[in-house]
Amino acid sequence: MSILVIAEHDNTALNGATLHVVTAAQKMGAEITLLVVGENVTAVAEQAKTVAGVAKVLVADHAVYAHQLAENVSALVVELAKGYRHVLAASTTFGKNILPRVAALLDVSMVTDVIAVESENTFKRAIYAGNAIATVQSDETVIVATVRTTAFDAVANTGGSATVEAVSIVEDAQVSRFVAEQIIKTERPELSAARVVVSGGRGVGSAENYHAVLDPLADKLGAAQGASRAAVDAGFVPNDMQVGQTGKIVAPDLYIAAGISGAIQHLAGMKDSKVIVAINKDEEAPINAVADYWLVGDLNEVVPELTAKI
Amino acid sequence: MKALVAVKRVVDANVKVRIKQDNSGVDLTNVKMSINPFCEIAVEEAVRLKEKGIVSEIVVVSVGAKESQEQLRSSMALGGDRAILVETNDEIGALEVAKVLKGIVAEEQPQLILLGKQAIDDDSNQVGQMLSALLGSGQATFASEIQVEAEQVQVVREVDGGLQTVALTLPAVVTADLRLNEPRYVKLPDIMKARKKPLVVKTLADYGVTAGTKLKTVRVENPAERKAGVRVNSVDELVEKLKNEAKVI
Repeated sequence: MSILVIAEHDNTALNGATLHVVTAAQKMGAEITLLVVGENVTAVAEQAKTVAGVAKVLVADHAVYAHQLAENVSALVVELAKGYRHVLAASTTFGKNILPRVAALLDVSMVTDVIAVESENTFKRAIYAGNAIATVQSDETVIVATVRTTAFDAVANTGGSATVEAVSIVEDAQVSRFVAEQIIKTERPELSAARVVVSGGRGVGSAENYHAVLDPLADKLGAAQGASRAAVDAGFVPNDMQVGQTGKIVAPDLYIAAGISGAIQHLAGMKDSKVIVAINKDEEAPINAVADYWLVGDLNEVVPELTAKI
Repeated sequence: MKALVAVKRVVDANVKVRIKQDNSGVDLTNVKMSINPFCEIAVEEAVRLKEKGIVSEIVVVSVGAKESQEQLRSSMALGGDRAILVETNDEIGALEVAKVLKGIVAEEQPQLILLGKQAIDDDSNQVGQMLSALLGSGQATFASEIQVEAEQVQVVREVDGGLQTVALTLPAVVTADLRLNEPRYVKLPDIMKARKKPLVVKTLADYGVTAGTKLKTVRVENPAERKAGVRVNSVDELVEKLKNEAKVI
């Protein structure tokens, strides 16, 4: 039974999230096809071709797919879905935007955010902000699912030798139009893929303080930077840095939470991290309950000292 | 123009849920229920558009148990004009909810359809996209800014790398993200007034939808417990533990 994985990319490079989805796909069944849809995506197709475990790469290269608008991409995926048992994508804003639309057009239910594969149609997923784990079984003919990338290792992006096939289907729903985008540039590793994450919460006090205190530590550890919702809402950092139920889900080797109390919505986004360190003034902060190591103290003193000593 | 807003009754965001002994689900007896926070943001946005004179009528709808009337009343206290409850006590999936909403849209012909981006109970993040697919309309998920113009709506979306702006032809479906707005507090006189606003009760059959879902929940369990951590008393001790015990730096 074959599997269609929708590759995530920015028209120039394949996003690492896709490599995690391929691992999940390998647990579900046999032959894996990657779909690269966009405009001027030759470079992405070349990268997709060498991904380990991928048998075939479908390339839909057309101006109507330039910004991967859900309306056009989902119509294309539905055309291609015939003959596939599974249609998968990463559980990112890209995957979550498109796949439910695909599922409804195929008239099937969908599984969001798979964290474990029990069998080809039975999966585990987190509900209630990660406070419960549900095992769900899909009785649909086509299984449409998004995959939580942090729950699966990445396959190698080398060693594969997939065949490449062009797709000439052009779907233009003409109900939506791309206007603009504002992509935040950063020199740091990508938050959801980083090995170390340094996060700040309301306790850091201000945007200036967030950077003054946490930037040196993140630099020293080569870490990505995150934040709680409180820090984002207070304007300390942009919202794409939010970790939690409604932000990004991360599971790095080391997660350092500074000035974060640990509301359940935040914990949902980071409690699968291997080692959690909490630095907080409050001895009773809920974050301490999930931390492997917790230190009670003023982050303005503790964090610089930590930066100096590692 | 008319706006339709879908709201869901869910366990209150601050409640720590318990799993039932038989692992069949989450125990909801005597647990505080509320309007899903994202739905509240969607209602607030509709009310703001009405205050700007863009929206003329706000219809709030919910699919679920009889008690969902409470959440519809709160939505009307926020500023909704009338409500429709599609009552069912059976389990119903996101696709089925989308089909019911499609039926309501066909009846009401709203120009703007607002939902929350996800419900905090099942965390699915599907209904808005599914409804939009069934309607063949444009969709803007994770909205943090909405601007309605003559024949279209321009929406700023929160995407992984930053923000994206799209323009949709009306009618369109928009799902609200946290930063779209801050819902107002409801005042007592508004709660009183909301009691007199019309609330119509319908059934799934009215929209030709049957209960159930092909996505069965087999088992619900607690997440794996983390082993208890230790309190360290100094930065030196922390560095030592991270280096020698956890070996992560």
